[in-house]
Amino acid sequence: MRVNVKLFARLRELVGQGELTLDAPGATTVADVWAALVAAHPAADAYARSMSCAVNLNYARMTTTVADGDEVAFLPPVSGGSGAAAR
Amino acid sequence: MTSATAITSAPLSVEAVLRAVEGPGAGAVATFVGLVRDHNVGRKVLWLDYEAYEPLAEKALGIIIAEAEARWAGARMAIHHRTGRLEIGEASVVIAVATPHRADAFAACRYAIERIKQIVPIWKHEHFEGGEVWIEGATADAHDEAAREAALKIACA
Repeated sequence: MRVNVKLFARLRELVGQGELTLDAPGATTVADVWAALVAAHPAADAYARSMSCAVNLNYARMTTTVADGDEVAFLPPVSGGSGAAAR
Repeated sequence: MTSATAITSAPLSVEAVLRAVEGPGAGAVATFVGLVRDHNVGRKVLWLDYEAYEPLAEKALGIIIAEAEARWAGARMAIHHRTGRLEIGEASVVIAVATPHRADAFAACRYAIERIKQIVPIWKHEHFEGGEVWIEGATADAHDEAAREAALKIACA
């Protein structure tokens, strides 16, 4: 299966690209896609516990099913708005 | 009528956001403008770069507006967020909310900025004197009810 993976911010920098087509044979869930990404780009593993994910522009879970051609985005913790994110 | 949501690299206009919420039922409008500050945890900030997953960010702003308009009767909300390089003093986010009564306007406005920090896929890259760092806050999950309730609690405190 082939999916389009999108990466942002520091995760994008660690992997070295913001957008890639990933071959993930036998993958059925977001978790499988993440595993394929980490296999190809071990640096991504730094975000294994803190990232969230979206499939085709909907927030998803690691258990969400993916299909060929889907856009799967992995998102580091967000920091929009203004001021320090932490209170 | 301007759009209720925007993710844009152009300078933000408070006027434009206000125009998006005007209507005859409004008795109050609260606005919030987030600015780029020249210091952060002891660092001298030079500028910020905001990166967005634009289509999902715009959608997340829409979710926040729908949540607020469902929670506060008669509320109309608009949120514009800037991306790209922002200098000190520039506006990164503008929120406006019109409601029949003022208490709801203040509460809904506070709710919106708390939710933006939780679920909108935008990242701040801080360039400071001596280095740069990605600022990371909340793990984004629009379906996290506990986070939504926490934002509501802050808004209604």
